[in-house]
Amino acid sequence: MPQSEYIGIGQINGPFILVEGATDAFYEELVDVRIPGGKIRRGRVVSLSEKATLVQVFAGTDSLIPSTTRVRFLGKTLEVQLSPAIMGRTFNGLGEPTDGCGPVFGGKRVDANGMPLNPMARQYPKDFIHTGISAIDTLTTLIRGQKLPIFSGNGLPHNQLAVQIATQARLMSSEDFAVVFAGIGIKHDDAEFFTREFSEKGRSNNIVTFLNLADDPVIERIATPRMALTAAEYMAYELGMHVLVIITDMTSYCEALRELGVAAGEVPSRKGYPAYLYSDLASLYERAGVVRGINGSVTQIPILSMPNDDITHPIPDLTGFITEGQIVLSRDLDAKGIYPPIDVLTSLSRLMKDGIGKGFTRDDHPGVASQLFASYSRVQDVRSLAGVVGEDELSKTDKQSLTFGEFFETRFLRQGKDEDREIGLSLDTAWSLLGALPKGDLTRVSLDEIREHIKE
Amino acid sequence: MKGAYTVDETTGARRGRVAMVNGPVITAVGMSSFAMREMVHVGERRLLGEIIRMNGEEATIQVYEDTQGMRVGESIDGSGESLSIALGPGLLGGFFDGIGRPLAALLDKEGMYISPGIEVPTIDPDKAWEIKPVAKAGDMASSGTLLGTVQETGLVLHRVICPPDVEGEIIWIVPEGRITSGGTVAQVKSATGRTVDVPLTQRWPVRTPRPYMDRLLPNEPLVTGQRVIDGLFPLAKGGAAAIPGGFGTGKTVTQHQLAKWSEAKIVVYIGCGERGNEMTDVLEQFPVLEDPRSGRALMERTILVANTSNMPVAAREASIYTGITIAEYFRDMGYDVALMADSTSRWAEALREISGRLEEIPAEEGFPAYLPSRLAEFYERAGRVVTLSGESGSVSIIGAVSPPGGDFTEPVTRHTKRFIRCFWGLDKNLANARHFPAISWLDSYSEYAQEVEEWFQSNVEPRWGELREKSRAVLMEDEKIQQVIRLVGEDVLPDDQRLLAYTAFLVKNGYLQQAAFGSDSYSPPLKGFAILDLIMYFYDKGLELVRQGVPISLIREGDAVEDLTHLRELQADDHAAFENARAKLDAHFTRVGTERTREQGGER
Repeated sequence: MPQSEYIGIGQINGPFILVEGATDAFYEELVDVRIPGGKIRRGRVVSLSEKATLVQVFAGTDSLIPSTTRVRFLGKTLEVQLSPAIMGRTFNGLGEPTDGCGPVFGGKRVDANGMPLNPMARQYPKDFIHTGISAIDTLTTLIRGQKLPIFSGNGLPHNQLAVQIATQARLMSSEDFAVVFAGIGIKHDDAEFFTREFSEKGRSNNIVTFLNLADDPVIERIATPRMALTAAEYMAYELGMHVLVIITDMTSYCEALRELGVAAGEVPSRKGYPAYLYSDLASLYERAGVVRGINGSVTQIPILSMPNDDITHPIPDLTGFITEGQIVLSRDLDAKGIYPPIDVLTSLSRLMKDGIGKGFTRDDHPGVASQLFASYSRVQDVRSLAGVVGEDELSKTDKQSLTFGEFFETRFLRQGKDEDREIGLSLDTAWSLLGALPKGDLTRVSLDEIREHIKE
Repeated sequence: MKGAYTVDETTGARRGRVAMVNGPVITAVGMSSFAMREMVHVGERRLLGEIIRMNGEEATIQVYEDTQGMRVGESIDGSGESLSIALGPGLLGGFFDGIGRPLAALLDKEGMYISPGIEVPTIDPDKAWEIKPVAKAGDMASSGTLLGTVQETGLVLHRVICPPDVEGEIIWIVPEGRITSGGTVAQVKSATGRTVDVPLTQRWPVRTPRPYMDRLLPNEPLVTGQRVIDGLFPLAKGGAAAIPGGFGTGKTVTQHQLAKWSEAKIVVYIGCGERGNEMTDVLEQFPVLEDPRSGRALMERTILVANTSNMPVAAREASIYTGITIAEYFRDMGYDVALMADSTSRWAEALREISGRLEEIPAEEGFPAYLPSRLAEFYERAGRVVTLSGESGSVSIIGAVSPPGGDFTEPVTRHTKRFIRCFWGLDKNLANARHFPAISWLDSYSEYAQEVEEWFQSNVEPRWGELREKSRAVLMEDEKIQQVIRLVGEDVLPDDQRLLAYTAFLVKNGYLQQAAFGSDSYSPPLKGFAILDLIMYFYDKGLELVRQGVPISLIREGDAVEDLTHLRELQADDHAAFENARAKLDAHFTRVGTERTREQGGER
């Protein structure tokens, strides 16, 4: 198809340019913007009318000269080149290789925006992923095909935790396992940390990296996760791999969306974020899953830093409404020197109910998990009471509760950065902690389970 | 180049063209002969859209599918009707998207992804049924006349009813036997001599409520098998309820529970802007779960409508109307229908998103000013009515609300509260402690409680209302005591207050809490009553002993008391076990009482 090229643009406003007379352009079409000097910048059509076409330029509009800029409409949408040769490679936010190993040859070009998966085509995720982290395996179990974000804050060890999950994660059966890593607006140091950890732990051959660093163009941040997810879907549904996608930091993504929305003059919604933030995030998160009759799966662990540690901020809030649970990191636990500092009470895995217990992990798992939540939740009440009346004034059961809380944090939650703890061991540890509580308080486990696991 | 369009005028005058594209909202010109709210096909791919604003030649259209790839100048064709859905045998057990396309057929046709521009009829016109005519030629028919019946599933007899606006003499009726969904049931000759074919599959515009004869009082409960709901905050058949809660508080699980166990003839479940996996969960569970009353698969009475969060936003707005229209259609057969909408907040947000694209002036938090009236229109479609056939049928609506940050003062929750009479507020703290269902006994209310009490008393237990009042009083009183405990600890309280606090603990852990899985998932009203009755019996007896000076530590210690929190593990019809527990409790009290008296006697 002949591509039409237009010389001269009408208006430049932030990352947007207005092209007049391009009547053949279509919505979401990709364009090449040739700036004086011959360099080419990518852009895409964001709205069009009979008079003019609004184009968003990915690398920004600096040094564009309205009268001489050439705009070429490419007749296609945002695409990424995919082949089995992408394994072990590193790309920028637009899917161009940055590791100096040349372009990806062969394979095919795939539309990066993706299409909604027919809910009928999905298979309900039930397969347990063993992470070797007690708090996650026992209380917020990760399931294959799940989207389980980490809600963190600045300065908390979310990157460390993500690496530990990515390197320790294994399925109960052995199948092809791969990691897609998408860095959105992250610092050079963080990118360096991930690359180093992955290569040290021998995972770098089955990892694909998409990096948009903090000083890369903001607008490319919108494309980065889409590129990564398209690659993940390709690896899962066409190459039959089980793919774990780690996306960090979703907060940078949302900030980019807000910046562009405001620049485009859209009516803002909560805290200035666009009204379509929910739909937009859903179009990313919903690209996790298991498809009936296909071998592979896409599991997502997006990481987001909560602004001011506020879980009701629109970014974590809307994320929590879409994802299947969340792992929340706590500053208090981190200050106490507990790693991983997972706040189990606000953390949740929605899919765990069907992936644990008999036939999956261990029969007593559901009851133990529920009892740990109930008992640890009581610890919080007792602690605040102890803060008022002093520990000495507490009743016997309250004191037992405090001891339980202490042990829960130091013996159950806490573990080494490389420690891969077996699920059976985690559950046994949990029972030994519960044994310290009065039996009348154990209302979530059945009488039979108490008899079996608590020896008097 | 500008203005150089070739408008195809070979097929007639009613053809417009695209002038502007902005996401799911497009502007078209050449539209003066189209109707407001008319359904149109947009562009080469014939994407489905609806006209939402007209201005002379210009029309604004919301498109129900992804507009990626759309060009200015593409043509627009009208369909001649407003957004409508096909109604007839073949809906039950089905799974449809927001505009009524069957997802199974889309899967067959297009594979795992939903690509835009596919047209599939809601009900396959070639699907065959066995029909039994009820009316006969020569009878007079008017809207509501029963024409025939089709056994659609093992659970549901589909009544084919003469649609509104058809009236006259039946001159032909289908003979007993095979008929296809695309077939005709009867021919009716009106007084003016015009003959109308009544098809088996009828169409109805989704934004128009279906007519009925009269409204009835909602004084019969919709039994849900959930203790906290049936026991404390019951919903009436034909009532409207809201479940608001922040993320992770269990809205969806509660909705699923209601869809599974509600005593309704038909369940319509709308997944509006929620997760794809949740719909898959329903799809995989319902065909294998049994209806506790009939023993048939739950899927036989269920219809799913889904517009998941990654599907186009305009169809999300339509999905609510598609669902309620289906519900009303079954109500008109004289059935009790329960409709779950999860979540109405996503629907409100879809309104907001489209309103934003239309550049309307926003009211609160960016929501359009007409949000409350849209909510009212939706919830008012619930009700218990006398149908046009003269029978009683009902639509009960249970809408989940997802307030941002779990803040119940936000516009959607606040306005919803004005139009519902049953409020099940989910509490973050309960959810964090994994107390499920996390329905707060402090924030929730049901205005139907008084109206349905009589039913419970004559059908379940005469002491139903008395026990409800008593247990609520204990929970309210406990809240005050807990505040004191939080300040100074439990030990300093007098024993009668500690007994009350312990009773409340038993009510919360032994009665209100109910697992969504396993044998306790469905708890018939009588089981709930038996548990609560025993716990309150413990309180009454305990109070007597406390007054005699028996210390609380003795009263609440013992296997018989520990068992009270495990009563829900018993089978509902295991009366012997409940009797046994009561006997054990009696023995416990006798022992504690006599020990104490002996001690006191000894001291003297």
